[in-house]
Amino acid sequence: MINDDKSFKKRLARRNMYGSISATFFFVANLIGLLLIAALFLHIINQSMGYVVYVNRVEPETLSERPLEDLSEEELGQLILQNQPARIRVYIRDYLSRVSNDEFAEATVGAILRGREYPPEWGNIPLRDLEHEQQLELLYRNMNQRQMLNLVVENIVQPTAAKSWRLFESLFHSDDIKQQAAEEFPNGDLKFHSWLNWDFLTRSVTSSATTTGLKTALLGSFWIISITAVTALILGVGAAIYLEEYASDNWLNRAIEINIRNLAAVPSVIYGMLGLAVFARALGEITSGAVFGVTDSNGRTVLSAALTLAILILPILIVNAQEALRAVPSSIREGSYGMGATRWQTVSRQVLPAALPGIMTGVILSMSRAIGETAPLLVVGASTFIGIDPNGPFSKFTVVPIQIYEWTNLPDQTFKSVAAAAIIAMLFVLLLLNAIAIILRNRYSRSF
Amino acid sequence: MLEQAASLPRKPLADRLKRTAEKTTKQGLTKKTRLLDRIIGGFLFICGFISILTTVGFIVVLGSEALRFFATTEWLNANKNVAVAVDAEQTQLTLSSGGLKLQIGDIIGLGINREEVIEIIDIIDEQTIIVQRGVEGTQAIPHPARTPIYIGKEVTLTKYLSSGQWAPQIGNFSVMPLISATLRVTLIAILVAVPIGLGAAIYLSEYASEKVRKILKPVLEVLAGIPTVVYGYFALTFVTPLLQSIFNDTSRSGLNGLLQSIFGSGVQNTNAASAGLVVGILIIPTIASISEDSIRAVPRALREASYGLGATRLETTLRVLLPAALSGISAAIILGISRAVGETMIVLIAAGAGPNLTANNFEPSETMAGHIARISTGDISFGSIDYNSVFAIGLTLFLMTLLLNFISTIITRRFREVYA
Repeated sequence: MINDDKSFKKRLARRNMYGSISATFFFVANLIGLLLIAALFLHIINQSMGYVVYVNRVEPETLSERPLEDLSEEELGQLILQNQPARIRVYIRDYLSRVSNDEFAEATVGAILRGREYPPEWGNIPLRDLEHEQQLELLYRNMNQRQMLNLVVENIVQPTAAKSWRLFESLFHSDDIKQQAAEEFPNGDLKFHSWLNWDFLTRSVTSSATTTGLKTALLGSFWIISITAVTALILGVGAAIYLEEYASDNWLNRAIEINIRNLAAVPSVIYGMLGLAVFARALGEITSGAVFGVTDSNGRTVLSAALTLAILILPILIVNAQEALRAVPSSIREGSYGMGATRWQTVSRQVLPAALPGIMTGVILSMSRAIGETAPLLVVGASTFIGIDPNGPFSKFTVVPIQIYEWTNLPDQTFKSVAAAAIIAMLFVLLLLNAIAIILRNRYSRSF
Repeated sequence: MLEQAASLPRKPLADRLKRTAEKTTKQGLTKKTRLLDRIIGGFLFICGFISILTTVGFIVVLGSEALRFFATTEWLNANKNVAVAVDAEQTQLTLSSGGLKLQIGDIIGLGINREEVIEIIDIIDEQTIIVQRGVEGTQAIPHPARTPIYIGKEVTLTKYLSSGQWAPQIGNFSVMPLISATLRVTLIAILVAVPIGLGAAIYLSEYASEKVRKILKPVLEVLAGIPTVVYGYFALTFVTPLLQSIFNDTSRSGLNGLLQSIFGSGVQNTNAASAGLVVGILIIPTIASISEDSIRAVPRALREASYGLGATRLETTLRVLLPAALSGISAAIILGISRAVGETMIVLIAAGAGPNLTANNFEPSETMAGHIARISTGDISFGSIDYNSVFAIGLTLFLMTLLLNFISTIITRRFREVYA
């Protein structure tokens, strides 16, 4: 009898042992995946808040008796005039100038402030020939109180984060931190600071970790994603309808079909090169807005970036939309044809509405891919630093992930915390989009 | 009222039907072409055709710019000049001392704009050379003393693909440092992702209950939805310090001492190892999800037959399911490799800048994709050697991923088990 065979029992025990060891391994593989997700999120949260010691270069109390927040534009302007008269021109260049930095030195007030407010009689005078008081007037005519306040705080008070700690250190070693901060920075101001806050989201980007913000990048992302969404939606759904509803089975349509699957595997940085050579360079006249009378940009604009991203997400969008269209049973089409509808009537009134939830899910998922894409936009030519918020398809651009990349690359450790705050903001939007996609799919998908 | 409703729309319809019936009896049934339908059909075809245009765009753009790169001659200032004036016939040149060394076969440009190009036939001593005048389409002309000399470095496919340095600005055109870094990062990534991804796939398809699977799978897929710049941040600020704390601790002896002696300078702030590990994390969901689908697609009957013969679950998995799902699993791994090869942000942030021919994964190593992104960031000027060289690298990368994709298609076709 086999069951009495000793060697069999021995072998069976060994086989079962291998079985349970490997079962543990397979389970651990999943556990590692989960741990990695946990580590990733905890690490980013850990980086994004904690104690910070602020040290002011000039204490605000020595500048004015009233809090700086209550001062008017003119009073803030006077502070700049007293403390840094020679820097006023630099501020005009960084925040208001319409000409390139090379031309700035010789440019007239009219050229620099084209379309902005300035006394007409100064229009033909070079900016550098104006008195400091006059330059100051240009500055506060074109800036509101908040922007002036930012200038003063950023350049005169100059609060800098002298040292920052991570969240877990701050929670578990707060006494040590307080002691250390008091020893090293007797004048410093120790605060628990979350780098992600409302001010951070609504301020434009600056070169200091304590005053910088995400608004510039958020606007850039918003403009690019809007244009990408419209372009990719039309082209992608159009292509999917063609392939599923119109195309006959010939070599050309099979080639298109295979081609779309191959395109999905091309690295995104290569799409960036296509965008650089085609949209930014060859079609530069259009993408820079030169044909529409915009003059102060080259082809590296919001429009070029958006078109590049649209081409990039097209394959994903088409495949998703095709699946959604395929899920619509042919009885619906046949019913429609039987009623005498034309092909387009059938598609537009029966098939598309039935497939819409599926298509929208695909669109949202591809949008969330587009929001996180960085490499192709770097190649198309995102600006490394832009002082002016993007305000249309022909602006220079930066987007949130590129801003994160820039901040990550700076040697200053506090910028790593700023980057972490931006990452949380971006991941929040992405999770939100994914949640919407799942809800759409669950609520509106009909099974036939 | 009924009469009214019935009579109003019916009359024209009845008329139309009657007319149609008359027509059809005369001509037989004909298809009526509708203009709107044709226009829309045409537009939809264009939408589909854009994908073909994109591929053509890739080939034309990458190909033409890369060809331009391979036709470049980069002129390096030799820091030498013609010491004694020469006329148009002389083939023996006397040069000033110092500067770059010349070799037989070198192409030399005379004058700031390379008015004449000559080729060195023989070198008599440090300062005297015998040359062929007026080559590469230039005319032999007289040159005054102190005419500056430039050494021409031609880009060739051989130089591009042979071992050496990558610095197109100073005439070094070997892409090998970039390819080596790419392959090292990819290898590390695959070593991380294949065991974890495949293990997770087997667990999810064979071991986990339906309830656990429904929770675990979407959670693991969260990893796939995180933008790569976040992974880059994670690699630089978490994984690299972690590696440094493990391998750079000089106070400890034993294994660490051994590692230290192997890897020399220890883990640097940017390195291939941490980038590779994190790229591995990035491609875990790709491998896990496709492998799981193909394991689940193996018919129940095969499992049951195997269990019926007394095999354990592990034996069934290893000897029945994995061979049956092999085509899907290898396609998943190749897709993973292809993603790792093209991954940009992680390597750009964590693997370091500067092409560096090294085998040490703890040293900065720039990959092809990372180099493309770093060089093209900001205002790269159109038509410069940097611009063209980036497209040559892009073409190489494109062909590599295309090849991988092709292999994966073939594997799926050839080794797919069909169960009727």
